[in-house]
Amino acid sequence: MARAGNAIEIRGLVTRFGPKVIHENLDLDVRRGEVLAIVGGSGSGKSTLLRTMIMLNPYAAGRIRLLGAELGELDAAESERLRERIGVTFQQGALFSALTVQENVALPLREHTDFPAEVIAGLAFLKVLLAGLPPEAAARYPRELSGGMLKRAGVARALALDPELLFLDEPTAGLDPVSASAFDELVLHLKDSLGLTVVMITHDLDTLWRVTDRVAFLAEKRVLRIGSMAELAADDHPEIEAYFSGPRGRVAQQWNRK
Amino acid sequence: MTNDTARAPATDAPASIESEPAARRLILGGAWTTARIAAAVRALDGAAAGMSGRVRLDGGAIAQMDTAGAWLLLGLEHRLRERGCEVELAGLAEDHAALVRYVGTRTADAAPPPAPTIMPPVARLGLFATGGTIKAISLLSFLGETVITLAKAVLDPRRLRFGAMAAIVQRAGVEALPIVMLLSFLLGVVIAYQGGVQLKSYGANIFVVELVSITMARELAPMMTAIIVAGRTGSAFTAEIGTMKATEEIDALRTIGLPPIDVLVLPRLIGLVIALPLLSLVGDAAGIFGGMIMAWAMLDVSVNDFLHRIPTALSATSFMIGIGKAPVFALLIAIVGCFEGFSVRGGAEAVGRHTTVSVVHSIFLVIVADAVFSIVFSWLGI
Repeated sequence: MARAGNAIEIRGLVTRFGPKVIHENLDLDVRRGEVLAIVGGSGSGKSTLLRTMIMLNPYAAGRIRLLGAELGELDAAESERLRERIGVTFQQGALFSALTVQENVALPLREHTDFPAEVIAGLAFLKVLLAGLPPEAAARYPRELSGGMLKRAGVARALALDPELLFLDEPTAGLDPVSASAFDELVLHLKDSLGLTVVMITHDLDTLWRVTDRVAFLAEKRVLRIGSMAELAADDHPEIEAYFSGPRGRVAQQWNRK
Repeated sequence: MTNDTARAPATDAPASIESEPAARRLILGGAWTTARIAAAVRALDGAAAGMSGRVRLDGGAIAQMDTAGAWLLLGLEHRLRERGCEVELAGLAEDHAALVRYVGTRTADAAPPPAPTIMPPVARLGLFATGGTIKAISLLSFLGETVITLAKAVLDPRRLRFGAMAAIVQRAGVEALPIVMLLSFLLGVVIAYQGGVQLKSYGANIFVVELVSITMARELAPMMTAIIVAGRTGSAFTAEIGTMKATEEIDALRTIGLPPIDVLVLPRLIGLVIALPLLSLVGDAAGIFGGMIMAWAMLDVSVNDFLHRIPTALSATSFMIGIGKAPVFALLIAIVGCFEGFSVRGGAEAVGRHTTVSVVHSIFLVIVADAVFSIVFSWLGI
């Protein structure tokens, strides 16, 4: 299993829902240690691409290499092990409502390690703190948390097994500007301190400017362009221009480009 | 990119702690990662035990580290300090040292929240008692609210949603026919068989008609049907309304000026009050039919004799009492089912809990109501 410089390599990916083709011949590389954002209009297949990468969605053709493992060739046990190396947060948090935040984070640890209970509790509490939650949030139930804290609790659970690769689905959607920008900080922190590779879907133009190393623009059933935010903002493809050069895009650009 | 080389497969050996008490030195090595630190976790106490004075932690041989490993290393340091040792951490690779510092600053003076205190038994008993009373009162108030809404709707029939009502009759009534018929039929077979054996020894075979028709029509068919419907439809009411509550759909109804009781409760209540007596009637017929088959096969009572005897055996009163109980059962099931749905607070787990409670309570209330009917009717002498 050779260690390439890429965390994810997708070649010629085809996904379909019945007769409807979502991706056709899609190529995408995610480098190790980078923050890559996937953007595109509604229905451009961002979520489907993310779900395909995290092995929740079957694909019709093409190949996907995730952390050096070929997804199509894994048996059940191997894909379980691969799942332990990736962390995922969902749009609505998807925390288990019957468990406290601490128990939510401890769940993967309990399932996949044989540490004594106090070590699991200690590690789970550590992840709660790493996700930037206040200590007292650990004992709360998901329904008692605000939107921003829910997203952080989702990150804490995704970090439970110290993954190499973190997937975030619209992490700042529905957050107030203060929480959203604090979440941007968190992602940068995790990338710099833990060396994580982060793949996120986002519509948040501020996040795109501040956090990402590269941005993949999905359109026409493939990755239309990939590059830094500055490169994409200068692109003159009509669809990309419409996306980034609307009134919101221009404001975000003025603020984030020094 | 340092991480890449650090995570090379060749350095995948489990984390280790080698203790050299004489040199006051702990040599750390291997991969200090979540998947590889299990042995080091167990070795932690032993390694710290023999140490005193100035201790050197040698981390030069650590090949990989993640946050769990850094946390464990800090734990080791903390244990040594607790024993009065002076700890010097040496030889760590730069990125590992940075990670340890990062985890250290994040966890510094953050105490885990206290474990939830367990309520003393007396307090729990009190809560149970008051909780039950409060629930009974709110169930009554829900019933009252529904009755008022129903009265308004009767005065202004445009408020009744006939489409939704018909859908409930279809779902709760028509679609339940097969299961109700099958179970009532089997019940009739069992009663005829068990009772028939006794009757036969007295040569009173023909009385199996009375046995089956009165038992089924007056008691068992209505109750059996109500229990099936409570499990099938009452639970569905709770789950539907509960999910709508959890996803704020109920609030959305209110804001667009649709009272939830009008939209959700009345069609379910009226639909079930229509469907359950009809189902009971079918249950009566299927049960008596089952008894008739058994009587013919085992007790030499011909189908013709059996059918002829039914009008004299089963009085109209008994039959009407059986059917008359069904709307009351329907009311109980619908009210409890909807009430539990509206009581949902929180998410998926609460929906499940209330659905269970809904089925248990409605079956309980159906049986209690049936017992009350029996007592009242025996007072009245019917």
